[in-house]
Amino acid sequence: MLKRALALFLSCLSLMGTTSLGADGDDPSMGGGLTNLNMPKGVTEVSQVAYDVHMLMMWICTAIGVVVFGFMFYVMYAHRKSRGVEAANFHEHLGVEIAWTVVPALILIFMAIPATSALLKVYDTENADLDIKVTGYQWKWQYEHLGEGIKYMSEMRTSIDEIEGREPKGEHYLREVNQPLVIPVNKKVRFLITGNDVIHSWWVPDFGVKRDAVPGLFTAAWARVEEPGLYVGECTELCGKGHPFMPIVVEVKEEDDYNLWLAGKKEEAALYASTIGKQWSHEELMSKGEDVYKISCAGCHQADGNGISGIFPALNGSSIVQGPADGHIAVLINGIAGSSMQSFADQLSEVDIAAVIHYKRNTWDNSVGDIVQPIDVLNFKTAQ
Amino acid sequence: MAHGPAEGITRWLYTTNHKDIGTLYLWFSFAMFLTGGFFAMVIRAELFQPGVQLVQPEFFIQMTTMHGLVMVFGAIMPAFVGLANWMIPMMIGAPDMALPRMNNLSFWILPFAFAILISTLFMEGGGPNFGWTFYAPLSTTYAPDSVNYFIFAVHIMGASSIMGSINIIATVMNMRAPGMTYMKMPLFVWTWLITAFLLVAVMPVLAGAVTMMLMDINFGTSFFNAAGGGDPVLFQHVFWFFGHPEVYIIILPAFGVVSQIIPTFSRKPLFGYSSMVYATAAIAFLSFVVWAHHMFTVGMPIAGELYFMYATMLIAVPTGVKVFNWITTMYRGAITYETPMLFCIAFVILFTFGGFTGLMLSVAAADIQYHDTYFVVAHFHYVMVAGAVFSGTAAVYYWLPKWCGRMYDETMGKVQFWLAFIAFNITFMPQHFLGLAGMPRRYADYGLQFADWNMVSSVGAFLYGGAQILFLYNVVRTIMYGEPVKEAKVWEGAEGLEWLVPTPAPYHTFIRPPVVTSSAAGEDEWSISGATPHVAFKAAPGAG
Repeated sequence: MLKRALALFLSCLSLMGTTSLGADGDDPSMGGGLTNLNMPKGVTEVSQVAYDVHMLMMWICTAIGVVVFGFMFYVMYAHRKSRGVEAANFHEHLGVEIAWTVVPALILIFMAIPATSALLKVYDTENADLDIKVTGYQWKWQYEHLGEGIKYMSEMRTSIDEIEGREPKGEHYLREVNQPLVIPVNKKVRFLITGNDVIHSWWVPDFGVKRDAVPGLFTAAWARVEEPGLYVGECTELCGKGHPFMPIVVEVKEEDDYNLWLAGKKEEAALYASTIGKQWSHEELMSKGEDVYKISCAGCHQADGNGISGIFPALNGSSIVQGPADGHIAVLINGIAGSSMQSFADQLSEVDIAAVIHYKRNTWDNSVGDIVQPIDVLNFKTAQ
Repeated sequence: MAHGPAEGITRWLYTTNHKDIGTLYLWFSFAMFLTGGFFAMVIRAELFQPGVQLVQPEFFIQMTTMHGLVMVFGAIMPAFVGLANWMIPMMIGAPDMALPRMNNLSFWILPFAFAILISTLFMEGGGPNFGWTFYAPLSTTYAPDSVNYFIFAVHIMGASSIMGSINIIATVMNMRAPGMTYMKMPLFVWTWLITAFLLVAVMPVLAGAVTMMLMDINFGTSFFNAAGGGDPVLFQHVFWFFGHPEVYIIILPAFGVVSQIIPTFSRKPLFGYSSMVYATAAIAFLSFVVWAHHMFTVGMPIAGELYFMYATMLIAVPTGVKVFNWITTMYRGAITYETPMLFCIAFVILFTFGGFTGLMLSVAAADIQYHDTYFVVAHFHYVMVAGAVFSGTAAVYYWLPKWCGRMYDETMGKVQFWLAFIAFNITFMPQHFLGLAGMPRRYADYGLQFADWNMVSSVGAFLYGGAQILFLYNVVRTIMYGEPVKEAKVWEGAEGLEWLVPTPAPYHTFIRPPVVTSSAAGEDEWSISGATPHVAFKAAPGAG
């Protein structure tokens, strides 16, 4: 820690001096280094135009800055009282004043042209090859391949122990998910973005895509990625305490690999549908339920089920949890209107819902003793 | 003098004196500045390293929220209202503000507003955790119970601001000394007059926004609730229709301060007085029609997006006019570098830098990458801190001798300036890089690739915090032990009626309005009746 601070201080000095910029620049395990200064060019047309217009603006501003500040520093040096100068007493000059109004206006018009064409590119969402529906949840993303019947949740994989320093932070700290979004390379992918609870924002810098995920509204963005690989992004609209913990990872595959992956996903879904009627044992449900609880519930209701007084109610000893199974299922399926308890009907599978309900009813001080099966959850859903 | 201040605490509780109320505002705002600064220190301490170390993410976002609210509404705005109270009557030759009892009320409700706001941090469920922009539905359906206290506090602040600005408008319009025409008013008065109109126009909009929130939370309406047919984006339009003019409410009086101080230490009149007035008015007008540039990623139709982009770029023109005017004022002057001047020069440089990043942000296609990242955080701290706070600091050093009759220690002032200037840049310059490299704002924790610059930024922030303690020390030391000043005109190059009254300024000034006569050279000369004119206040350029 101290060592790193010292190294940092030294590279700061070298940054000010004439030596080459720190050698640790590209090694993220070293903290990113100090040479990580600019916007990425990215891998799509949109990110490229955003980068170009950003650089253009920056250089124009730099040029204006050099002229204006250069003149100012000259004045500050040359017209010091300590050099014995007499103050002049002039003011107002119509010509100068018109010039410094008109010239900036002309520069602005010059800037507005590339800015406009860049924006037209951003908005060019027509004629997409495929559509992905992106839904923001507190605090995870759901991706749906429209027309393919495939959807899945994407949640951060970094553990709380890494975050709170009980374990060393991994190389991909806060940049890893259980299931990345998978899209094909060289296809125009349109993202239809919405929010389920509060407003989130879906940002992948390398794609030049950032769109708010607003409940009740769809926003569109697009990307045609030219390089296969893994691309990382982040939620950029404050959405509660889990805001930094809902990363975006997009895996861009060659078209054949993508089709293979898609077929595998479909197979998985079919397999799942065929096992939903299976009777699960107490042990199976408890072990699956604990996993689901940690990921989907513990964030608010806490690992010990005691909630946070005043915000998130306790599940330990709760009358809903200890009451009839249907009442408990109803809360998970429908959520509680006007509170931050959301509906999990679209977020968790029937198996997950059954398991987590069963787990809650039979852990901590709760010991209801009944068994909630996935088929009960499915029946509840279809009955509604 | 007819009568002096009352004794004891009632002097401050019951006072209707513009100087006392100005002092109250200034001390209150400094207390809030330190409070908001403490929140910032918590934020920067947590961000010193990746990981969650000192505070939980839930508390972290309460800190970012409170830092923003306290700094904007508690520190910067009351600071400039305090300056307005002290200086506007003295600058226009009025004995006091037009509505002195309302003046007392508008100050004394403020401590209650902030007591309520800050007390929410100790409530069950915690304080506001939705950012100072409090976007619905995070601030409605998903908010902690304390949000109702937050709404009440905002209402009180709004009432205070509206009363304060009505008072300023009434004072400037009705109480100018004979001969003090509009186009002879000092720039600080002009910028405050325009600011006051902005406040009266947009504070009710803010009140409307929080009232709609109150209805959504407690009375089952659905203004911002999509499930009930409402629209979360509506909130953002209403908020930013207030929020963007609010930015200029903060910066216009700062422009006014700088326009007073630069001519003084350049010993040369302001270059383009009337164009400065018109530029201020133009900026104020434009501030009403650019609000949605805060919402470029919300999914507006492209026509809207283009309009807001063009309109926003246009602001660069009048702002440029102001910067060029300040520099041309210095040109061929006889410049000295006392502490207030140093802060003003830093203001011009750093505010212009913030203006450049503002221009970059106005380009919607690039804003997609900047939006809600540390680039934005860096941008608005360049205009808010190096803009408003630096100019406020300059104003205190500039007028402190007039207020208390004692001179601050120039060396200590310069030490504070250099510490603040360097620490400010160490804090906020790296945040540009962090934002461009992809770090979103309001993050309690971040990926390892952002660690180094965050550490640099935190070190700068702690230094900057230290500079404020030095500022407090300098001011208190000046008031208690500073070298006494006797001259009415404290600064050699100062112009204006406030330099006509004795130093320190007596409890009541301009009980009889100053008298203006025309000198042989055609310049206005102001004098306090009965006394020989010892200060010639030249006619404002362009007057007539």
